[in-house]
Amino acid sequence: MSEKYFKKIEDLPREEWFVQGHRACQGCGLALATRLAMKALGPNTIVATATGCLEVISSPYPYTSWAVPWIHVAFENAAAVASGIEAALKALMRKGVLEPKKINVVAMAGDGGTADIGLQALSGALERWHDFVYICLDNEAYMNTGIQRSGTTPYMAWTTTSPVGKILRGKWTVKKNMPAIAAAHGIPYVATATVAYPLDLVNKVKRAAETEGPAYIHILCPCTPGWRISNEITIKISRLAVQTGFFPLYEIVNGELKVTVKPGKRKPVAEYLKLQGRFRHLTDEDIAKIQEHVDRECAKLGIP
Amino acid sequence: MEVEPEAKKKMAELEAMLKADWRSIPHALIIFEPATSRYYYTGTWRTFRPVTDHEKCIRCALCWVYCPEGAVRQVEDGAYEADLRYCKGCGICAAECPVKAIEMVKEE
Amino acid sequence: MARRIAVKDSEAVALAVKLANVDVIAAYPITPQTHIVEVLSQMVADGELDAEYINVESEHSAMSACVGASAAGARCFTATAGQGLALMHEILFIAAGNRLPIVMAVANRCLSPNLNIWGDQSDVMASRDCGWILVFAENAQEIFDLTLTAFRIGEDERVLLPVMVNFDGFTSTHVVEWLDLPEEEQVRKFLPAHRKAKYRLDPEHPATFGAIGFPEIQFELKRSWEHALVESKKVVKEVWEEFGRIFGRRYDLIDAYQMEDAETAFLIMGGSSGTCRAAVDKLRREGFKVGLLKLRLYRPFPKEELLEAIKNLKNLIVVDKHICFGGLGGPLFNDMRSLLYDANLNLNLTGFIAGIGGRDIRVKDFEKMVEKTVKGEVPPGKYAFMVRGDFE
Repeated sequence: MSEKYFKKIEDLPREEWFVQGHRACQGCGLALATRLAMKALGPNTIVATATGCLEVISSPYPYTSWAVPWIHVAFENAAAVASGIEAALKALMRKGVLEPKKINVVAMAGDGGTADIGLQALSGALERWHDFVYICLDNEAYMNTGIQRSGTTPYMAWTTTSPVGKILRGKWTVKKNMPAIAAAHGIPYVATATVAYPLDLVNKVKRAAETEGPAYIHILCPCTPGWRISNEITIKISRLAVQTGFFPLYEIVNGELKVTVKPGKRKPVAEYLKLQGRFRHLTDEDIAKIQEHVDRECAKLGIP
Repeated sequence: MEVEPEAKKKMAELEAMLKADWRSIPHALIIFEPATSRYYYTGTWRTFRPVTDHEKCIRCALCWVYCPEGAVRQVEDGAYEADLRYCKGCGICAAECPVKAIEMVKEE
Repeated sequence: MARRIAVKDSEAVALAVKLANVDVIAAYPITPQTHIVEVLSQMVADGELDAEYINVESEHSAMSACVGASAAGARCFTATAGQGLALMHEILFIAAGNRLPIVMAVANRCLSPNLNIWGDQSDVMASRDCGWILVFAENAQEIFDLTLTAFRIGEDERVLLPVMVNFDGFTSTHVVEWLDLPEEEQVRKFLPAHRKAKYRLDPEHPATFGAIGFPEIQFELKRSWEHALVESKKVVKEVWEEFGRIFGRRYDLIDAYQMEDAETAFLIMGGSSGTCRAAVDKLRREGFKVGLLKLRLYRPFPKEELLEAIKNLKNLIVVDKHICFGGLGGPLFNDMRSLLYDANLNLNLTGFIAGIGGRDIRVKDFEKMVEKTVKGEVPPGKYAFMVRGDFE
């Protein structure tokens, strides 16, 4: 497990900074991820969110689920908005207009707002070395607008714009490796996390916030309507993603990669895929191909 | 669902904000008060309701951790229960409880 | 003591931004604005200007970063031109609708296609509904002064809107002119060193900016924004008045030149008004009763002031540097035609679209406009293109 700011469940703050009453679907992995991340970040945080599930569920005027200052601007610019906030606080504190104190500047965006339309802004912000945390809430498609594919939609997954038909069967390209892209910028901290490992998640978010310079966290968030799964298996699916090696949990600290949750005896990917309606068209051949791909990726990470 | 009079008043105030004249809307439609969604009871979405057996409950707090709503709270005897104002009945708590202390019961 | 220096107009912008003591600059270079951002970069690098300079990776991010920074309470500035303004189009509305007093200098440049880096007004005109205060400057001094006053106007609590300072790409930006540069002490009397942001992202007062605007409420938001923009005219006047008292240069919403007994007048914005002035002088020498109305404030549109300025004219010639494709001519021409509908004035209005893509508008072109109008070759209410094949 990652750096132990929080060693056990009891160490987690009871207070909520992403509060009840939000409009997420029943069993939403993204809402849980945000709720947990906010426990690591606390009240001295400013959040910039891209258009997407998180923004829409948390800010239906006049209801807001945010107990911290929060801004939504557009779809592709969470990282640019956060850059502006970070620069403003820096300048204003240096000039004595604001009292110098640690305020976490955090950009939160979905996979669309990160890997596709938001990629440019993210890359610029990382290269410019702003002192901020970027959290990608990856539910693996443009879920808010009705399950259209994104760059991080996994190979062969059904979405409405990569549907299963007579000629094409789901997304025909592989999942874009966003953590690797972030790491390629040479930033001091990159991590992957998912909701089934809450302590691992909060420790990583906290570590990202404590890191001087840019930090990127990629959180896998199961989506009950988008993945065609039953409401109550969000955590189970998230756990299987890790235990099958489909979504490895690691940290890259100043370029050095360390796996933080070792799956032990890796479960076959079929166990993960068979629970999800978006993969129900997969043949044994397809699954074998995916297994091969996962095996290769795990080998690269030193996961047996 | 029973709604406290304080909360009811606040809910009415919030709903009234959607009927404001352009001269009296908040500046740039900023929501100046934090966490107003606490006055939106998503509990009405439920089809199933989690019922916790306090005897079986081992106070591990996993249901509290895993609830996407933050709708689980610790009660007087230390056990954990769903806050029915917000619980959407997803069933994650029941699925994850290590001692199967939670049962999902159909709402009438 | 103010001192007189010779500078490129683009440098004049940078000098104003420096004296405004901005906190954050987020800008992307684009011809012909580049010298503005280069000079600012050097000022920051030398410690002459204490600001965070964000080298954003596109204009869209430039405006986005300004929105973030301004929402966090900073005094911000950016600059762009042509394609850059078009690229940030989406965010312009968000900046204004969120009531953020960002100041942006735009070196007006022709929008593609084809690639054209030279000056016309298609960039700002294609975005004229963005809800910003739009002002147009003619020369180095005006560009400097209007940029400085833009911060004061935008930050006024009655306004809280972003301000776009427009001027000619190349024919202003790359031209060296005289500038009376005030001392910082004097500027501080006019513009405080720091912005007092009433509404900002502040953990002590956590607020939600940019929530969903449902159909039940969105109209009210936009209506209140329109009200703020229209009402800002008062503040523009006030601030330009005060500026005049402190610095000795007073700016009006409209400059009237040789208008006292004019029968025919030009209505124009930006740098070409300089050439137009020379044309007016020439025509006057030839016995024509011609005048010039240089419009400085374009949005909010100064209806009352314009009606007052044109009420005794026989002919009004509107010069535009943008084609409203498929519509009824140029944007300023359209605005005037609309204004005159119920104005009950016995006035011949003609429109000329000139200077597209950096095509030079010469004294003789202005003379031709008068000729065509007076001779009825461009009849009242009609417009023409000063292009080879129509008139050149």
